[in-house]
Amino acid sequence: MNGGAIKEKLAAGGVLAVNETEYARKGFALDMQVAPEQLLAAISVLDAAGFFIEAITGVDWLGEQAALRKEAETKAATAAKAKAEAAVAAGEEPPPIEPATEQGELAEDALEAVYDFNHYEALCRVTIRTRVPRSKPEVPTISSIYPGANWHERETHDFFGITFVGHPCLVPLLLPEDADFHPLLKDFLP
Amino acid sequence: MSALIQSQANETFVLNLGPQHPATHGVLRVKLTMDGEYIVEAEPVLGYIHRMHEKMGENRTWAQFLPNTGRMDYLHALAFNHGYVALVERAAGITVPERAEYLRVITTELNRVSSHLLWFGAFILDLGGFSPLLYAFDDREHILDLLESVTGSRLTYCYFRFGGVYNDIDDNFVPGARAFIKRLRERMPMYHNLVTKNIILMKRLQEVGPISAEMCRKYGATGPVCRGSGINFDVRKHEPYSIYPEMDFEVPVYEQGDSMARYMVRMDEIEQSLRIVEQALDKLPEGPVMAEKVPKILKPPKGDYYHAVETARGSFGVRAVSDGGNIPYRLKLRSPTFSNLSLFGEACRGMLLPDALALMGSLDLVIPEIDR
Amino acid sequence: MHVDPEILRLVAFLVGVIAFAALNAAYLVWLERKEAAHIQRRIGPKEVGPFGLLQPLVDGIKLMTKQLIVPAGVDPVLFKIAPILVMVPAIMSFVAIPFSDTLVARNLDLGLLVIFAFASVNVLGLLLGAWGSRNKYAVISAARVVSQNVAYEIPMLVTVVTLVMISGTMNLSEIVGLQMGGFWHWNILNLAASPLMPVAFLIFFVCMLAETNRAPFDMAEAESELVAGAFTEYSGMGFGVFFMGEYANIVIGASVATILFLGGWDCPFGLFPGVHWFLIKMYFLIFTVIWIRWTFPRTTFYGLLNLSWKILIPISFVNLILTSAMLKVF
Repeated sequence: MNGGAIKEKLAAGGVLAVNETEYARKGFALDMQVAPEQLLAAISVLDAAGFFIEAITGVDWLGEQAALRKEAETKAATAAKAKAEAAVAAGEEPPPIEPATEQGELAEDALEAVYDFNHYEALCRVTIRTRVPRSKPEVPTISSIYPGANWHERETHDFFGITFVGHPCLVPLLLPEDADFHPLLKDFLP
Repeated sequence: MSALIQSQANETFVLNLGPQHPATHGVLRVKLTMDGEYIVEAEPVLGYIHRMHEKMGENRTWAQFLPNTGRMDYLHALAFNHGYVALVERAAGITVPERAEYLRVITTELNRVSSHLLWFGAFILDLGGFSPLLYAFDDREHILDLLESVTGSRLTYCYFRFGGVYNDIDDNFVPGARAFIKRLRERMPMYHNLVTKNIILMKRLQEVGPISAEMCRKYGATGPVCRGSGINFDVRKHEPYSIYPEMDFEVPVYEQGDSMARYMVRMDEIEQSLRIVEQALDKLPEGPVMAEKVPKILKPPKGDYYHAVETARGSFGVRAVSDGGNIPYRLKLRSPTFSNLSLFGEACRGMLLPDALALMGSLDLVIPEIDR
Repeated sequence: MHVDPEILRLVAFLVGVIAFAALNAAYLVWLERKEAAHIQRRIGPKEVGPFGLLQPLVDGIKLMTKQLIVPAGVDPVLFKIAPILVMVPAIMSFVAIPFSDTLVARNLDLGLLVIFAFASVNVLGLLLGAWGSRNKYAVISAARVVSQNVAYEIPMLVTVVTLVMISGTMNLSEIVGLQMGGFWHWNILNLAASPLMPVAFLIFFVCMLAETNRAPFDMAEAESELVAGAFTEYSGMGFGVFFMGEYANIVIGASVATILFLGGWDCPFGLFPGVHWFLIKMYFLIFTVIWIRWTFPRTTFYGLLNLSWKILIPISFVNLILTSAMLKVF
């Protein structure tokens, strides 16, 4: 079984956006982004294909949207500048500098839940990512498919505050039992 | 048995095994619901030495995190070193000189033998046999002396660097390692005669604590636990890294899935590791032990990376997310015993207390690595 | 003032018996540590006195100066009485043991019965101590100890009954007297009475290990499972007395085995019988007991019960029937 076969199966299962990555460079063969609603379907495909669960974790993308906008603005500014310079070089009158368009509110930053699966026989590590808004981080639990996900989800809930909907016992695993903080959030202050 | 449990469900009591208990090897606590000596339900309670290594990783540079890796699995620290440096090398595109890779494999495999020897002693101690521990420590001492001469420390090694190893071996290392291989090969039959073939040990381990291959898959068990259940999965063969593809060794696999199978897997692995060390010593090339152009301030390109290595307890994976800075954006440490222990609750249901402890011992738990 | 020599004799033997039991308990700890050390290629105690011979003294002082902690919630009476209940019967049993044809505190006609009667009190002490501790580990251990003792008392007593049938007496001195004149007269080789006699000795020895809670049958303590079993809540001399009682019981067990099977104070070659032969045989058995402990892992509890009910009891009954048949025929 290789990445291609799994990719086809996943596509048949209704999962979009599967990227094959370069294993030697990245360390995993398939990288896919799914919406939280598609998660269970994708995981079921992996379960049927005989994958085992390696880990579940999260990534906090706080400030990503601001960084993206800044990047876009810089890009736009550079483009405008280049255009103006080109116009000057051509002897034309430079176009008036457009006033910075009033942009809407920043889109909300996301928390990303990352699932790693691996196969006992084939060299095919699959990474599944699903993004949820930071204000309402809810992902369906996969512990009904993989009982081993139970602890990984509890750990991810400890560290990131992602709620795994339907989890049988979402109490702190590694943190103290009364912990109400999530240390791996980028805005966590001890 | 299950009928008995159901009929007397209201006559159970809760037994706290740990966090200070001789058989939990550290500060693991297992909340057992017992019916007499039968276990109705077992719930491991973790986190007693949780140190939040992953947060530490986000607060220091890539290189500064190196010593942390040796403090997770203190028994096989070099493999954890290896996993982390290999990940950073993969991310930053650093090539390691061949001699350094050989030294990494030699020291990691010696460390694996020392880890298995300690497990062997402690496991028999769990079963009430005291003496093998001292014999195993005697052998382990030789490995520690060897590794101390190279790495400078005896337990929480931090020997590997991005692009190579910290220093070269001295003249005594190769003869010392060869002498040790010879010594341990002579002692292994003694261990098998005295311990493995002991009738009481066999009765305590055979058909005790069966773990099916399907259960391994559902819980993500790796290492000797899954190899004892008939799954031929070893990261060294499965996704070869370092110089393992050039080594000739076998992956011991036993089909039974009981505690004896896991015991035999580890005992056979000691011999296979000795084989690897021997071959690596034979082939050890000359040359530098450190890559030349490793930047002082390391900034791996943006993106995320994964690298897995085989430790004495299973597959250790590091996932790093880099934002292109000199500090990791996110470091995920996937420790093998965390997954291996997670199946304990299901596996020991309906078992007797002493058998459950034999099962727990056969999982080879290292608590700092579970709690991270 | 005239003192009845019988009273003097009793006092002398009382002091002697208690001193013997206490010294044995102390020095068996030393022997155990030293032997374990050599089995494990260590040196063992060596700092206090030559060969660490004063170590038991220091251990004793340490135990005595430690605080006797009575945890909250325990039953204070049972908790305190239990160590004594283990120790006293063991010392009492020494009264009936003949060390040589002249050296015996009380030559009782029913000596064998006395010893087994006192030996069965031992388990009661452990049970009460564990129950009084109000500790879950201790209670599990108590349940184990009781069922273990019930299981192993049967084959042990059946074997003893076999010997009583052969000897026709329960007086220990007379039992030894019947075995005098070299090792081929000893009961262990009394193949004329029953060809299963060596097996009977083995059964007796295994039962003795189990009755005294020694490895590989140390279910009561089982430190890797039950922390310290029945002794979990005990500290200081409370634990020390339990410990001494345990060793005194081992001495009793080895002595009875010596008397019943190995000819007591008889010399193996029929020359110069005496107390030294008794001690040599007894300490050899104790040495074996310690040797087994440091060699074998612990059995499981059900393995232990299976061994008794499925193997030892049937064999001992076969031996009993065979012996009675042979006694009748020949």
